[in-house]
Amino acid sequence: MIAPAGPDHRADFRAATFGDVLRSEWTKLRSVRSTFWALTVTVVLGIGLGAAISAATAHSYAKLSVSGKLSWDPTGVSTSGLAIASLAIAVLGVLCISSEYSSGMISTSLIAVPKRGRVLAAKSLVFAVVTFVVGEVTSFAAFFVGQALISGHAPHAALGDPGVARAVVGAGLVLTALAVLSVAAGTLLRHPAAAIAAMIAVLFVLPGIAQALPDSWRNPVTEFWPTQAGSQLTNVYHSAHTLQPWPGFGVMCLFVAIVYAIAWTLLDRRDA
Amino acid sequence: MIEARGLVKRYGSTMAVNDLSFSIRPGLVTGFLGPNGAGKTTTMRMILGLDAPTQGSVTVDGRSYRDLPAPMHEVGALLDAKALHGGRRAFDHLLCLAQSNGIPRRRVEEVLRTVGLEDVARRRAKGLSLGMSQRLGIASALLGDPAVLIFDEPVNGLDPDGIHWVRTLMRALAAEGRTVLVSSHLMSEMALTADHLLVIGKGKLIADTSADEFVRSSSQQSVHVRSPQASELAARLRAAGAAVQAGTGPDVIEITGMDSAEVGKLAAAHGIVLFELIPVKASLEEAFMELTRDSVEYQAAGVPR
Repeated sequence: MIAPAGPDHRADFRAATFGDVLRSEWTKLRSVRSTFWALTVTVVLGIGLGAAISAATAHSYAKLSVSGKLSWDPTGVSTSGLAIASLAIAVLGVLCISSEYSSGMISTSLIAVPKRGRVLAAKSLVFAVVTFVVGEVTSFAAFFVGQALISGHAPHAALGDPGVARAVVGAGLVLTALAVLSVAAGTLLRHPAAAIAAMIAVLFVLPGIAQALPDSWRNPVTEFWPTQAGSQLTNVYHSAHTLQPWPGFGVMCLFVAIVYAIAWTLLDRRDA
Repeated sequence: MIEARGLVKRYGSTMAVNDLSFSIRPGLVTGFLGPNGAGKTTTMRMILGLDAPTQGSVTVDGRSYRDLPAPMHEVGALLDAKALHGGRRAFDHLLCLAQSNGIPRRRVEEVLRTVGLEDVARRRAKGLSLGMSQRLGIASALLGDPAVLIFDEPVNGLDPDGIHWVRTLMRALAAEGRTVLVSSHLMSEMALTADHLLVIGKGKLIADTSADEFVRSSSQQSVHVRSPQASELAARLRAAGAAVQAGTGPDVIEITGMDSAEVGKLAAAHGIVLFELIPVKASLEEAFMELTRDSVEYQAAGVPR
């Protein structure tokens, strides 16, 4: 009835490693249905919305003003669906840790891996890699679909054009940074609803409010607000009052790193 | 071996655990008893490094839990059977725990067989009954073949078969030389399972003793006597220092503060005829209720945790 090995067998057991925790977190992520659905939504929205926006804006290109034509960015337009799809990634990232708090699974996880930093590191690394792969696939697909729809109606982009490859790869990178941010937010706030609301505020609400503010307020927000700054990596056309692509992405990564460090510290110190 | 020294956990102004010191030894089933809210779960969470003690320390085999290099091989724990992701299949739940400590997949199949859940391994956790969840939780505790096992109310939600199975499992694990700590608020259950008892109330240690000793030391022991000369015997007993109460009939008395041998000798010395002379042992349950009465009343007054 009892498993045969006795306690004296323990001498054979090796110490748990970070690789073990990575495998464990990969199993956790792939064994719940919400992962599959959220990633499907990311791909479908990213490509579908990108295609719709590309087709619509390309058809109205002829009617654009001169300045509108000057700022025409077929690359940014084709991957713009990813900005909306990022909500699905944010929700999944928040859930992959906060659902452990709401179910109580976190106790079980931290009993299995009492070195808590490993749990957070493994969770975010696994989710970041998955998001990177899905994000790049979506971004490239959206780019090619978008350019096909744009061509013939408006100037379109090719991967070899200056800045285009960087912008397409960048769309996946921004999504990956966001994935890490959402895991950190879920760790920090612990309640799924609170953490999702916070992510929506960071992604959509606060930048939206800034648009209604006078220039003196709006410009610094569009320049330095982490998600706005990060999104410069996904554009080829550089508009006024924005950072350059890589510095912009750097600002986003810095913000993610700060939130992550706070989450790490709290996870380590708080009662689980 | 689990050792606690001066363990204190304070939540605001509430002392959930108040200066607990104990050693839990291998080879025995140690019952961790106390009314609901006595601090059993909090103590277990401190042992497992989930909650940090306000003061004091607790170690497993000489090390603090968070410093254990292979935690699941050293300690297996079940705190809350329903604390799992409802959308994950039972097998995957065990697999992700096993992988976190480098435990091979075949061990997952092994423990599923041990707890009798192999038929529902592909079912999602939210579709499991409380009894099945308890078995799944016990399976996860057994994954690492650990030397120390900690179970919080493991028979909750189990049917009589399941309860018998858990009891047998606990005894077998202890017989293999493992340290087994089982909490319960059900004395009757502990009477059948535990060798040693750790009783707490209001976060304080009330008793740390063997199960037999616990009952023996209880003041609830009495002697039941039926005698046609009951009133004369009662007078003699009172003179000798025992407490006597009227029993269920006119010729029946209940004696406390003197054991049956002394009562018999005293009756013989005075030529008193006895029809019945029965030592009455308090049950573990009665002994427990007597000991924890204060803390239960305290809880009923509505103090949180």
